[in-house]
Amino acid sequence: MYAPYNDSMMESVKKVEATRAARMATEPRRLTADEKDDLLSKFHPDYNNDSFDEIKVGPNKGQRAPIELAKMLHSTSRLVTDKVDLNKIDYDVDVLVIGGGGAGSSCAIEAHNAGANVMIVTKLRIGDANTMMAEGGIQAADKENDSPVQHYLDCFGGGHFAARPELVKRLVTEAPDAIKWLNELGVEFDKDTDGTMVTTHGGGTSRKRMHAAKDYSGAEIMRTLRDEVINLGIPVIEFTSAVELIKDDKGQVAGAVLLNMETGDYMVAKAKTVVIATGGAGRMHYNGFPTSNHYGATADGLVLGYRAGAPLLYQDSIQYHPTGAVYPSQILGALVTEKVRSVGAQLVNANGEAYIHPLETRDVNASGVIRECREGRGVDAPGGVQGVWLDTPMIEILGGEGTIEKRIPAMFRMYMNYGIDMRKVPILIYPTLHYQNGGLEINGDGFTNAIPNLLVAGEAAGGIHGTNRLMGNSLLDVIVFGRNAGKKAAAKYKEVTLGSLNIDHVASYDKELKDAGLETGEVSPMLLPKYARHER
Amino acid sequence: MEEMVNVYFYGKKYTVPAALTIQTAMEYAGYTLKRGVGCRHGFCGACATIYRIKGKNELKTGLACTTQVQEGMYITQIPYFPTDKRTYDINDLKANQQVMMELYPEIYSCIGCNACTKACPQSLKTMQYIAYAQRGDLKKCAEESFDCIMCGTCSVRCPAGISHPMVGLLARRLNGKYIEPEAKHLTKRVEEINNGDFDAAMAEMMAKPIDEVKDLYNNREIEK
Repeated sequence: MYAPYNDSMMESVKKVEATRAARMATEPRRLTADEKDDLLSKFHPDYNNDSFDEIKVGPNKGQRAPIELAKMLHSTSRLVTDKVDLNKIDYDVDVLVIGGGGAGSSCAIEAHNAGANVMIVTKLRIGDANTMMAEGGIQAADKENDSPVQHYLDCFGGGHFAARPELVKRLVTEAPDAIKWLNELGVEFDKDTDGTMVTTHGGGTSRKRMHAAKDYSGAEIMRTLRDEVINLGIPVIEFTSAVELIKDDKGQVAGAVLLNMETGDYMVAKAKTVVIATGGAGRMHYNGFPTSNHYGATADGLVLGYRAGAPLLYQDSIQYHPTGAVYPSQILGALVTEKVRSVGAQLVNANGEAYIHPLETRDVNASGVIRECREGRGVDAPGGVQGVWLDTPMIEILGGEGTIEKRIPAMFRMYMNYGIDMRKVPILIYPTLHYQNGGLEINGDGFTNAIPNLLVAGEAAGGIHGTNRLMGNSLLDVIVFGRNAGKKAAAKYKEVTLGSLNIDHVASYDKELKDAGLETGEVSPMLLPKYARHER
Repeated sequence: MEEMVNVYFYGKKYTVPAALTIQTAMEYAGYTLKRGVGCRHGFCGACATIYRIKGKNELKTGLACTTQVQEGMYITQIPYFPTDKRTYDINDLKANQQVMMELYPEIYSCIGCNACTKACPQSLKTMQYIAYAQRGDLKKCAEESFDCIMCGTCSVRCPAGISHPMVGLLARRLNGKYIEPEAKHLTKRVEEINNGDFDAAMAEMMAKPIDEVKDLYNNREIEK
């Protein structure tokens, strides 16, 4: 036995095995633009209006947001009832970075190297972030047959031509330098013996430009950045969240009110520039989906930025990664990296059919999985869940024995932990909530237009990926825009003179909520997901 | 009826569904986790845990997020452990044996008990990568330690006080920066970009009407 699958699952596995040789002899056809649009409109969760609410207050009033995000935007600030003395300054810095993931850490390193007095505050530990969990890789057009312009086309088209061109340009143009920077910090990218980067395809790439560090790409990047932050002596205030931005009497951002997560005490951080690098929102469980995200991914930065007057962009565009683990239940929602498909596995339905090209973009492939399951070609698994197969034994046949342990050891380990040998049997997957395509709106330099001296970097920013992000462009985005924010903030703070501090926007936003008759009974930002079971 | 098991968080008994992990079982019991929780999928090392099955002598280690509960499990978490990271400027170091002697001399106090290896939730050959570090084989140390998630359970068990994850990290950074051969195509591409070689083509692409860009995208050639 290579897996604890039940009889009906094993029956389907036999069909997958029976068609494997034939499937491997031909590559599934790519869909046309019209076919993709049709699939998305029928099956992608973003097209299900029932899962969205209208935003009733603030800069995006009248637009839609996922119900759970709208609820946080419609909820009350902690500082409506809890009082904080803004004259008692606990920290006074040039650059305040909110968030200690890939973007926040890159930002802090560059700001420090440019001479700024920079500090990181982070809700959990430094490195506790989606960056740490990114498995598959990071894109950069550094091969002879590739160019930043080709990368631009892939990214812009994959995002349905909705991305901000100036942001895409920065992303792709600064990509090779981002890889070089990481490599010089000591990040171990997969290389051939002559130093050539091993690069593969991701969904929607037209050139093989996915750089990786096995399937621990994000972890390798994050632990190196964390080490560098510590080596540089940059202060990191852990287990401390920002709960509101502070402004001055000129309307500039002037710091943040912090909350010690362990003692419940508030503190004041004054800063000439502030960078929101708080990451994603998977733990909001939009549409009831499980998530591949970190425990801390609760859209905090979006809420506190929005409350201070910074508009959102594409807040209604969510990425469901096509291949989340669906069986066994202990790993429900866990990411099965796209790299599994990059190195050869096909998506196969219950009847053993490779019903789609495995490297269509994520939104298209997620929609495809949902279609197969809804139309009766999914595989039933214990616990009332459904999924389709990811035919992993193909990887060993294509790349030779040992390829799985060498190229995707984290996946191998995750499944072996539950007695599933993915070298021998396919694994069952279903889309998992993976990424917020949108976020706070930024200009080409990473600043918000609404609030002077406020920058946003990483997953909290919107507009870089349009309405669908390609694999390997998020690790890239956190490095490129994190570094950019650090450099820009370090240049900017020298021109800033702060007036008197206030959080008047908190009261005025609260009045807007009351005027709109909104009372959710919740406070926001959420900070931690409510997983504790209290009913008895 | 769902199968249930009895487990003990910090010595206090809770009855929880048998299918849960230690982490989700704690939440089932009513804990709101702040410490000892992170990525929840085995990548971040936040949830190092020690447990003993009632009546058994062996003390086990694991990650709360990837370890399923069992009947009679006595569980404590190690939300923080004082490993000792030495600070350095990576640009000033050389990839040689002396670097380990200077920064992590305690690795030479290893008594060969192998408790670190037995404790590793990633099943790494921890003692072996420390041995590579001792003899200055940084490349091998980097390879053997690559899958380390820095949870620190090895250090908790080490009688010599070695901070194994920090030793592996140093070896990997040195290997990545100094030992692995340079990616010449990358250096070249960065120079080309800095030289403005793609500026005209990029400007041209960005100036195209959207329908033309769509056409280019939908008909672009995909490398085999």
